[in-house]
Amino acid sequence: MTKSHITATINGDVREFLCEPSDTLLQSLRDELGLTGTKEGCGSGDCGACSVTLNGRLVCSCLVLAVEVDGAEVGTVEGIGEPDKLHVIQQKFLEHAALQCGICTPGLIVSTKALLEENPAPTEEEARYYLAGNLCRCTGYDKIIKAVMDAAETMRGAA
Amino acid sequence: MVSVVFEAPDSIEGAVNLLANSKIKTNVLAGGTDLIIQMQGFKEERLVVDVKKIPSMMQATLSDDGLSLGPSVPCAELTAREDIKDVYPGLVESAYLIGSTQVQGRCSVGGNLCNSSPAADTIPALIANNAQCVIVGLNGERSVAAEDFVAGVGQNIMEKGELLAKINIPRPAANTSDAYLRFIPRTEMDIAVAGAGVSITLDADGTCTAARVVIGAVAITALLVPDAAAALIGTKLDDGALQAAADAASAASKPITDRRGTVEFRTHVVGVLVKRAAKIAAQRAGV
Repeated sequence: MTKSHITATINGDVREFLCEPSDTLLQSLRDELGLTGTKEGCGSGDCGACSVTLNGRLVCSCLVLAVEVDGAEVGTVEGIGEPDKLHVIQQKFLEHAALQCGICTPGLIVSTKALLEENPAPTEEEARYYLAGNLCRCTGYDKIIKAVMDAAETMRGAA
Repeated sequence: MVSVVFEAPDSIEGAVNLLANSKIKTNVLAGGTDLIIQMQGFKEERLVVDVKKIPSMMQATLSDDGLSLGPSVPCAELTAREDIKDVYPGLVESAYLIGSTQVQGRCSVGGNLCNSSPAADTIPALIANNAQCVIVGLNGERSVAAEDFVAGVGQNIMEKGELLAKINIPRPAANTSDAYLRFIPRTEMDIAVAGAGVSITLDADGTCTAARVVIGAVAITALLVPDAAAALIGTKLDDGALQAAADAASAASKPITDRRGTVEFRTHVVGVLVKRAAKIAAQRAGV
């Protein structure tokens, strides 16, 4: 089987990689590009651990074929914040202890950023509905939502 | 996983040629929210034709004639279109109910139709709005009413080599609107146990002059229920008329019992949903 050669802009950088036509974007991000921040949870689009943006739209990378992203723009958690300067959303997740095992956290950070770009002042209900596709099994959603609402307020104050 | 051949043509003709001339089984890839999961179980080589590089598949155009909907337009794009929501609020609501934000970013009305699930949310709303499915094959184009598109569980009337190329939804008559409601045991992200799509036309004094009532998830396909519409037409949607429509919908339903609902529950609830959806549609059609 011949591998496909894909060129995509990932977190602002042009990246090239090879993939099988049946590989998912999630597999290519983790195994070919070394971007292991994106997690595999269910592999069927139910849990949101693999959330990324594709041409600005929030998607599950397990439900995207890698060959589909040729020429596209992909955003992963690695493009949010820096090790010595966390993004406000990441800082607020830390402050509110909105994570335990951490598997859901990258997906939640990516989804929260997408939420606040679409709607900088969500109600708690709007935030809960928007993030309903990101499942967490240990933190509980209360701390996560507190972190999201605090991040939204802080980002509005800084804008 | 078995080997997959991937193509992404940029025209309807290109896609139809690939689909019609393939020597191996074919699948059309739109948003992939069903197909990419199914791919994990493929047992023989497949040709996957991504249709999202075809401009007309990804455009939604509203005109005086109505909505010309590219079948692969992501639901997130459709639900963000206030102009479309103003004209077809129930249809847009049905699209909004599918999956999470992430799934919304990829899933499409055309994919929902072609996947042909009995519980598909957009299909009752499409039928209520008189949607026409434009299907293109090597021998040209044909148009099929949405109520005639789905043939069974996961089955539809498309033949090998055909592509759903457009969904045309006529502009509703004056004082006409629609609504779609479904029952799920949770508040979000679930599959309909029963659903109802209703379109209502009122005259100047609030009498219903035309209606389409469609029920979902209570038979192997969504069902248009003319008896339920007949119970509403000529009335001011008083409680008696609404109950008669509900009874007609319950009588037309042929549900199954599964882990999400029993025959008795689905039969009852689908009637309740018809009543509520008819009231909402009438309120929106308000004169």
